[in-house]
Amino acid sequence: MNDAAIELLYDYVAAIDEDRLEDWLDFFAEDAVYQIVPRENVEQSLPASLMLCTNKDMLRDRIVALRSANKFNLHYPRHVVSAPRVRPIGADRCGLTASYAVFQTNMDGESRLFSVGQYRDEIRFVDGKPLFQKKLVVVDSFNVPSMLAVPI
Amino acid sequence: MTSNAFELTAEAIWPRGDYSRVPYWLYCDERIYAVEMEKIFRGPTWSFVGFEAEVPNVGDFRQSFVGDTPVLLSRAEDGAVHVLVNRCAHRGAIVRREPYGNAKDHTCIYHCWLYGLDGSLRGVPFRRGIKGKGGLAADFDMGAHGLQRLRVQSLDGILFASFSDAVEPVEAYLGERITAHLRKLMSRPIRILGYQRQKINGNWKLYSENTRDTYHGSLLHEFQSTFGISRATQEGGTTMDRRHRHNLTWAKTGTDAESEAAKVYAENRVHDSKLSLRDAGIVQYNPDFADRISLAICSIFPGSTFHLISNSLAGRRLRPCGVGAFELHFTLFGYQDDSEAMHQHRLVQANMVGPAGLISMEDGEAVEITYRAALAERDACSVLEMGGAGPIADLDHRVQDVPVRGFWSFYSELMGIERAGAQR
Repeated sequence: MNDAAIELLYDYVAAIDEDRLEDWLDFFAEDAVYQIVPRENVEQSLPASLMLCTNKDMLRDRIVALRSANKFNLHYPRHVVSAPRVRPIGADRCGLTASYAVFQTNMDGESRLFSVGQYRDEIRFVDGKPLFQKKLVVVDSFNVPSMLAVPI
Repeated sequence: MTSNAFELTAEAIWPRGDYSRVPYWLYCDERIYAVEMEKIFRGPTWSFVGFEAEVPNVGDFRQSFVGDTPVLLSRAEDGAVHVLVNRCAHRGAIVRREPYGNAKDHTCIYHCWLYGLDGSLRGVPFRRGIKGKGGLAADFDMGAHGLQRLRVQSLDGILFASFSDAVEPVEAYLGERITAHLRKLMSRPIRILGYQRQKINGNWKLYSENTRDTYHGSLLHEFQSTFGISRATQEGGTTMDRRHRHNLTWAKTGTDAESEAAKVYAENRVHDSKLSLRDAGIVQYNPDFADRISLAICSIFPGSTFHLISNSLAGRRLRPCGVGAFELHFTLFGYQDDSEAMHQHRLVQANMVGPAGLISMEDGEAVEITYRAALAERDACSVLEMGGAGPIADLDHRVQDVPVRGFWSFYSELMGIERAGAQR
């Protein structure tokens, strides 16, 4: 179970970095919650997010909007994740935490550190296949440079 | 020789007296930035620094800013909120380093000078010296060395602060209609939902213009027009104060026909989009107020904004960070008596706004690409003629950028670069 959960995380970041966001959707359960939240809100027990999708349809809408409506800084994202910690929650579930760093490289080939934070995830196994039931991205760098368009 | 900081006559700065041409170098000059901080942000203006609800109890404090000056909101024993410059009167160190909290006093870590919650200097270690040696002179005036206290006024719970003794009271500064709008937003006790922040690489004035430029709303933010959150075909307009320094852009959803809107946008070759949402909950509008205004962007000179975008409500504070960068701080709120469903709906609609906002992320990009080009084209000018040049006045449509010229008019007055006979 651990290896499959860790593999899911690596597939997830690879799909973002390779701009395969439509494939990236396949890593979520239909009733998954995806949330990017500033660390300052977490620490003050304030509920507002930067991005909140309370089901997979909302995530699909995000990606459709990103592809066809939103305009944002053109860049390549690059994720670096720490070795994840996995702990079982039940027979078909586990929790996963990992630190991440996302760099952005612009169209002139200049890179900058865009975001640092932590994934606090819940993964559910359906027919042996791991899916994100909950993906909580706690952003330490909550003073977001420029804008946040592509999921972390 | 001229008396302003630009070493240019107003006529040399402004090609036209109606601000329909704005030279790009105004966004890029380091020397101007320092003058702006002094004459505008620390001048006769009011800045939104936070909500009373963010410091509800005695001893609560929270960091904020006026222009690039760090300030502290501090609720004292008498219940009043003080806005204090967060800089020790002794050697200038930041006194309160934590972003928020509750305390009995504010003590500088450097030499332990201690201030009361109202900013008054209460204690100086070794003030009388040790064994008769050292310390402060007997006639040192403790009363004259507190934390600098700004003027503060609460408009139904919205805290405004000013460095100026001369500026009129907040209601007069805002004018009747802007005041009424803010009172409407505060007509029920609010609940703070959280914060969103972003740092944009551009000059701060580009954002003050952006929030007054209603023309861009349905063009840049394609998500908005496609789902009818804000379309130029809706009933709407712009309302300024008498001096035209602030602006309220407003619109009512459901006042245009889908088919007509699609036709108009297609004819103008924008947004011939087939976009549809699988979960339309995000764009649902449950009127908070009887006037059914579903979009209200209220820009207050120089850097404060309050938005009502469907059921997303927030105050935005702008912090200039040098000539080429600024931060936006969004404070999202709802109401204490919101039903659980409405509370959740507001949290979902937070997706619309802030750095990741489906209808606001583009503002960051628009500002950054304008600034990058302005750096290289300092002598060129932007063109502000949508809605007509000449007089600056309210309009009952949104195919225009007239309030942007209002911003420049008041800017010029405060900076001392107003042409004789210029539009106001």
